[in-house]
Amino acid sequence: MKRRVWYWLLSLPFVATLYPPFYARRDPVIFNFPFFYWYQLLWVVLAALVVGIVLLAAGDKNDV
Amino acid sequence: MGFVASRWRTANLNKLDEWALGGRGFGTIVSWFLLGGDLYTAYTFIAVPALVFGAGAIGFFAVPYTTIAYPFVFVVMARFWTVANNRNYVTIADFVRDRFGDRSLEIAIALTGFAAAMPYIALQLLGMQVIFAQYLGAGPHAQAAENIALILSFAILAAYTYTSGLRAPALIAFVKDGLLYITIIAAIVYIPARLGGWGHIFAAAATALKAHRPPGTLILPPNLYFAYASLAFGSAMSLFIYPHSITSLLSARSRLVIQRNSALLPLYSMLLALLALLGYCALAAHVATKDANYAIPLLFKAYFPDLFLGVAFAAIVIGALVPAAIMAIGSANLFASNVFQEFHKDRPRDQTRHAKLLCLAVCGAGLLIKLFVPVEYAIYFQLLGGSLMLQAFPSTVFALYTRWFHPRALLAGWAVGIVASVAMAKAVGFKAVFPLPTGGGHVLVGYIALYAVLVNILIAAVLTPIFKAMRWKAGADLTTAADYV
Repeated sequence: MKRRVWYWLLSLPFVATLYPPFYARRDPVIFNFPFFYWYQLLWVVLAALVVGIVLLAAGDKNDV
Repeated sequence: MGFVASRWRTANLNKLDEWALGGRGFGTIVSWFLLGGDLYTAYTFIAVPALVFGAGAIGFFAVPYTTIAYPFVFVVMARFWTVANNRNYVTIADFVRDRFGDRSLEIAIALTGFAAAMPYIALQLLGMQVIFAQYLGAGPHAQAAENIALILSFAILAAYTYTSGLRAPALIAFVKDGLLYITIIAAIVYIPARLGGWGHIFAAAATALKAHRPPGTLILPPNLYFAYASLAFGSAMSLFIYPHSITSLLSARSRLVIQRNSALLPLYSMLLALLALLGYCALAAHVATKDANYAIPLLFKAYFPDLFLGVAFAAIVIGALVPAAIMAIGSANLFASNVFQEFHKDRPRDQTRHAKLLCLAVCGAGLLIKLFVPVEYAIYFQLLGGSLMLQAFPSTVFALYTRWFHPRALLAGWAVGIVASVAMAKAVGFKAVFPLPTGGGHVLVGYIALYAVLVNILIAAVLTPIFKAMRWKAGADLTTAADYV
């Protein structure tokens, strides 16, 4: 049951990237990148981290 | 190199597992290169920047698409791997057969995968051709030379895939991905600096996009919000039902390999995102081309020194061979295991022989499509293919969790979904999105695949209780709860 609780974290990337009104804007611009672009690039990394966390917490332990 | 692969950790290559799935023995690193080389195809690397180059922000949907695919893989495809490993499945249609005991549904799913993969193979050839065209120039015999180069490359591909099976693309993927990372990192460091930095590139791209017909934008406009999100979501959900994805997934040694790769494969998504941004670099560099597919090769040609240009172009050509080989293996498996097998029971040895021969046939067919069908049609069919593939979602992904649906209701939903996909695509001249009227003269522009699969699910859900009330007998479930954990 505990495993399922961690799995809920995996819904974060869906919520964050599938609602464009959140991020379809120009500002704030960082390193000359409009928000629309750096936000989505950031989520590529964040999604990998989220999966990594769930893997460590609730993933398999044996590589057999 | 592809031929040497047949000696790599081999057992008996007459077994379908050994030939088609590399003996189900690939660890984390091999799987990472294989899946990366398989999912991020040469065509993807040409087409995504081309879309950004031509239309702006909407083309960036490939980034959320390849971001959300991995949490999905971590949960759902890991479960599929488990049941496939426990019950020795080679294709997703094998699972449908055992789960529902329904041959029509099995064949329907197998044919869907086959139909979706064929134009995709042809488009890998397009990726190669774009590169050959750069090398061979525009002389009087250029077309013939391009075709000869294509045929030669594909003959080599077919031969090594026939002899070595999945081990060949797995080994070649190392080279391909190595070259690809070098190329793109170099491009993303070097080209923007030459163009005056990202601030200038975005500004110049915004100006250039305004002049396009229809005009593109740098920031996604509200009327495309739903199109953007539905393209990302629908594409992510269908990606792992494709035969080539399944083939690569099932070659993993353990479920942990798949789980680890769900956290590691996003590195390729980052590469794809950077490559997409090169589409803006091409705009800022005033690359002039009628065909947006040539935008990135022309950008490289204008800015890279010759020697490095060779590395970049080799990366894309080899990049086409890896997914093409895996797609050919995946579709051959579907045909050999799920279509032929249902009409004529083969012994395992014959089944492998048939899969190998079919794989050659698929390569040949891909080549013929590329040479004789106008390329616009191949692109249309590939877009349509994504939509068709998603219609297999209820019968496969839902089925991993529930057997509530009646197989014949799923079959009816699938059929309606396929017809709806084709009808919508035809109505808009084979584009990916359809303007759905929502009343009061408003339309909601969204991905055709998603609209069609919603209809599909609705039909299956409505017909299931009716078929059950009619006591229409469904087949037996050969899987047990223990197979899934």
